[in-house]
Amino acid sequence: MEWRWDWTWEILPRFIDATGKTLMAAGGGYAIAVVLGLVLVLAQRTPYRIVTMCVREVVEFIRSTPLLLQVFFVFYVGPQFGINLSPWTSGLIAIGVHYAAYLSEVYRGGIESVPKGQWEAAKAINMPVTQTYRRIIIPQALPPAISGMGNYLVGIFKDTPMLSVIGVAELMHTANAVGALNYRYLEPYTMVGVIFLAISLPTAFLITQFEKWVRRKMGMK
Amino acid sequence: MPYFEFLETYGGRFLEGSLITVVQFVLATIVSVVVALSFGLMRMSSNLAVKSFATVYIEIFRGTSLLVQLFWIFFVLPLFGITLDKFTAGFIAVGMNMGAYGAELVRGAILAVPKGQWEAAKAINMTPAQRMRRIILPQAFVIMLPPWGNLVIEIMKGTALVALISVTDLMFEARQINISTFLSVQTFGTALIIYYVFARFLITPFMRFFERSMARKIGRA
Repeated sequence: MEWRWDWTWEILPRFIDATGKTLMAAGGGYAIAVVLGLVLVLAQRTPYRIVTMCVREVVEFIRSTPLLLQVFFVFYVGPQFGINLSPWTSGLIAIGVHYAAYLSEVYRGGIESVPKGQWEAAKAINMPVTQTYRRIIIPQALPPAISGMGNYLVGIFKDTPMLSVIGVAELMHTANAVGALNYRYLEPYTMVGVIFLAISLPTAFLITQFEKWVRRKMGMK
Repeated sequence: MPYFEFLETYGGRFLEGSLITVVQFVLATIVSVVVALSFGLMRMSSNLAVKSFATVYIEIFRGTSLLVQLFWIFFVLPLFGITLDKFTAGFIAVGMNMGAYGAELVRGAILAVPKGQWEAAKAINMTPAQRMRRIILPQAFVIMLPPWGNLVIEIMKGTALVALISVTDLMFEARQINISTFLSVQTFGTALIIYYVFARFLITPFMRFFERSMARKIGRA
């Protein structure tokens, strides 16, 4: 089968439009994940053992079940209780919650990498816990967490095609639609692959550079 | 419908689906181990052609989505004369994708074997192949097992995507049951729990056990 360039150019605008939607889905999902992940990690550090254990198990549950199934769960469970969520809303919730569980692990690693003496010193100068987090712990926990956070930013971007199954009109959905309409799959699927590569490779590179820059700024090796 | 009755009616189908998921998971794991080992080693080759081939493979598979790769292998490869049935395409795609991630783990682990070991093997006149097989790989194997524990869970989750090319796995059965009953909470909930039990109470303990017994075998318990 031959690659048809004329047709490629013809369908390209639709793919550019869909790329924008994919980026929106990834960005929206990531925003949810960044915030919720922080909540999840802080909830695991409360002095109440029962809360800590429950949250820990919830995180494990989310991390060890397929995102695709979670997407379906969020999308179809609402209507059973009379709550109708649009594909976009349920897609963002599912992907955001899924990655929040991953990000909470990244944050945890970062927080645990801060030496114990920093906590003790903050306590010694009578700093309240919230201030200790904000001014001492989080700034130091961030640089080691950047590469993990960056990996999951790329990861969330690569997982957005799963939202196509509930009808979010992102890249994969567009490729399926264009392919089915014309009964040609070579160009649409290949283009999706190339677009993903063209975005995720430079992003991964930029994240590495950013991490180096932050480390230098903070005076870490 | 009470949950018990629901299980009585559809339990068999969940079981059949789970069985396919297990088979897909095992086959995908085998493929990814083979891919990871060969590309991980090729990535470290001194031959520039071999090395760049491995790098390109790894970057392509890590830079695009599993779903895109799966659809590409299933819908586009036949156009080039390579037709795989859906079952084979499923585990091959998952295995090749996860193998690319595994290749980086293999490379990292080999580099993490202390330099003295390489030098000592050379000093007693071992050939490079012997050195790799008898000295470096066994130690690298123990080093990379913990991260493989996570990757194996990802492989299991990845197999859920094969439902989208109509392999009748757990995810596929759940979707079918949901379409015919509209009992989304029960259907997707049950499937989520099966995946969770599988990951958390079968795969993870097995990997831990494997890690420990391997560490003991090379005298690092």
